[in-house]
Amino acid sequence: MKILTCIKQVPASSNVDVDPETGVLIRDGKNVKMNPYDLYALETAYLLKARSGAHVHTVTMGPPSAADVLREALMMGSDGATLLSDPRFAGADVLATAYALSQMLRRIGFDLIICGKQTTDGDTAQVGPEIAEFLDVPHVSYVRDVDLRDDKTLRIRTVDDRHEDVLDIKLPCLITVDKDANTPRLPSFKRKRSTRDIRIETWTLDDLSDKEATHYGLRGSPTQVESIFPPERQATGRIHSNLENPGKTLFDILVEQKWLRGD
Amino acid sequence: MAYIKIRQEKVDKKTVEELKEICPFDAFDYIDAYLSINAACKMCKLCVQKGPEGVCELIEGTPASIDKGAYRGIAVFIETRNDTIHPVGWELIGKARELVADTTNPVHALIIGPSTARAAELALAYGVDKVTAYEHEDYRYHDLERITDIVADFCKRTRLNVLLIGGTPYGRSLAPRIAARLKTGLTADCTKLEMTDEGDLVQIRPAFGGNIMARIVTPAHRPQLATIRHKMFNAPAPATPFGVIDRLSEAAGKQRDRVRLVSTRVRPQVDDIADAETIIALGRAFKKKKDLALVEPLRKALSAELACTRPLIENGWFDARRQIGLSGRTVKPKLLVNIGISGAVQYIEGIRDAECILTVNTDPECALASISHHTIVGDLYDVLPTLNDHLKKNGRVPS
Ligand SMILES: Cc1cc2nc3c(=O)[nH]c(=O)nc-3n(C[C@H](O)[C@H](O)[C@H](O)COP(=O)(O)OP(=O)(O)OC[C@H]3O[C@@H](n4cnc5c(N)ncnc54)[C@H](O)[C@@H]3O)c2cc1C
Ligand SMILES: Cc1cc2nc3c(=O)[nH]c(=O)nc-3n(C[C@H](O)[C@H](O)[C@H](O)COP(=O)(O)OP(=O)(O)OC[C@H]3O[C@@H](n4cnc5c(N)ncnc54)[C@H](O)[C@@H]3O)c2cc1C
Ligand code: SF4
Repeated sequence: MKILTCIKQVPASSNVDVDPETGVLIRDGKNVKMNPYDLYALETAYLLKARSGAHVHTVTMGPPSAADVLREALMMGSDGATLLSDPRFAGADVLATAYALSQMLRRIGFDLIICGKQTTDGDTAQVGPEIAEFLDVPHVSYVRDVDLRDDKTLRIRTVDDRHEDVLDIKLPCLITVDKDANTPRLPSFKRKRSTRDIRIETWTLDDLSDKEATHYGLRGSPTQVESIFPPERQATGRIHSNLENPGKTLFDILVEQKWLRGD
Repeated sequence: MAYIKIRQEKVDKKTVEELKEICPFDAFDYIDAYLSINAACKMCKLCVQKGPEGVCELIEGTPASIDKGAYRGIAVFIETRNDTIHPVGWELIGKARELVADTTNPVHALIIGPSTARAAELALAYGVDKVTAYEHEDYRYHDLERITDIVADFCKRTRLNVLLIGGTPYGRSLAPRIAARLKTGLTADCTKLEMTDEGDLVQIRPAFGGNIMARIVTPAHRPQLATIRHKMFNAPAPATPFGVIDRLSEAAGKQRDRVRLVSTRVRPQVDDIADAETIIALGRAFKKKKDLALVEPLRKALSAELACTRPLIENGWFDARRQIGLSGRTVKPKLLVNIGISGAVQYIEGIRDAECILTVNTDPECALASISHHTIVGDLYDVLPTLNDHLKKNGRVPS
């Protein structure tokens, strides 16, 4: 069985702020890391690999520096990795991202594609299902447990607010893995050494079968981010310190804001 | 369409540094004295607007033009499973009505399933002009591919302008399939929607875990798709229906049988802090389990649910379902009172959507203070007994 896992490099901290004067995004530090939700996707793949001897290949689309998260995946348990990177992909929204990835995934070949539930930056949770649609395979989102039922079918458990479902899904297919579905492993020093010689190939648009540049990046993106601004709330905070009677102050605030009636 | 051109002759070390500082997405690469923009660029245009004069230039291409007037109406997808109808649909009908106000654009409800009659009646009462009900015993909730066939066909047939889908786990899984099928844009978890005179939907949504808001448009594709979370908008009051029902009972879409439900269990809805309107959350500052009783009067007075941080789960003081945070629940109460909690990032991740946050802590510089509306600096072993006295004095709790 061939499993492809999709991961994304995201800002290390989501503590971004927008300068209200200039509109510039202020991030604390320019560091990046692997999207934390993708760790559960990778672990799901490694668990299946341990049980059924699957081959796990990991891909990402991003700037050249995104090769770092692929290296990390190799250190955790992936058998191979490919980076999709081309300035012509710049400005891609979900549709253009999923389209480019689907072209790549089809060419690599797969029985199962595993994605994270969502990212911590774009935060849409849409890329996985859109890839499935482009590849004309079924998908199930927010998967908790997965096991191979037979060589053509996966048995899956999903949990949402109201239902816990057990589903059978035919291979080839795509799943997105819920957070806390498992306990992701850490990169291992042993694997760091044993995977040192694995070369991470970089593909560009020229490696995809659809070479029409207008289908990718900004030009292939129906949505446009017009502007970015800070959320309205915040900054209304008051710190009441050196109080004679803090319990009374809390009571007064609860009454004043009508959470409690004072009488 | 637009792209960003870099005037290399104006590039030097200083401008590179400035641009790298400005770009929120680390999209600039400076290699061999050549500055380029890589795939991380999100076209936020900050480098053009705030960057050193004349280095980055926005080249506007001719936007692909569509005849916007040819697309009309807003449809709301109504999520039904067996006998339950997800109420987010009614909220979206209310929003859709606001968006089409003062125009002749219709609001549709789109219902697909083995039995649609009750949902159709309700949708009419909530104020749609037309219900399109695809009813067939073969339609399966989990067969997203077939549902996509039907929705996509509906959108094309009606030359639909906007499709709104509830941001439930189901909606968030279905909507992107539909968007990819129709090769159109989808904006996730919108918190605000507006409509321009040309029929462009202006979609505002949070990203980066709620730290920033983005204003997103889909200028040259129809329909425009958006998902919206439950309880984001208010459901209208049901009224006398004026719309019509179009029931389509011929089997539509393709049966593929690639996803099959084996078994299902309805989860008990007890004690879910995720839906609670008022929450009191307790942290490690509580020294003993029996001290938790100190919050009981306030809990009763506010009719609040109790929640806690992870250390208290580890102590075994609470059921794990009461943990807030990254590895616990995400909550969205109208009022959240934090007592003796520092505000670790993993905790804060779970409370971003709380409307009003009050915090009691001995440390005025605890991380929670910076996101709380009111922080009371004090020792909980002093604050709570005093508070309880006041509650009692005012007859807020039975003594
Ligand atoms: C502020 C802001 C708001 C945005 N809002 C929208 C919007 O509403 N609609 C829209 O279409 N675009 C939007 N975008 C663009 C969107 O973030 C990017 O297109 C991004 O490439 C994919 O979306 P995501 O980060 O939300 O991924 P998600 O859909 O949340 O990711 C889910 C999973 O897909 C896989 N995956 C995602 N990206 C990659 C990748 N590059 N390589 C490999 N695997 C990947 C991972 O397994 C991941 O866990 C927004 C961007 C910004 C900056
Ligand atoms: C992967 C991972 C996931 C995690 N997920 C979660 C999660 O989902 N939820 C979660 O909560 N944590 C989570 N954690 C743990 C988290 O990092 C913190 O350790 C935890 O939230 C701290 O809980 P606390 O605020 O109750 O305790 P502390 O950080 O110890 O804070 C106690 C606070 O009480 C104040 N205080 C002390 N005495 C008094 C007094 N007498 N009166 C008033 N105030 C007083 C102190 O000033 C301090 O601010 C996670 C950690 C990891 C590594
Ligand atoms: S448009 Fe925004 S993301 Fe792109 S290079 Fe300029 S600043 Fe960076």
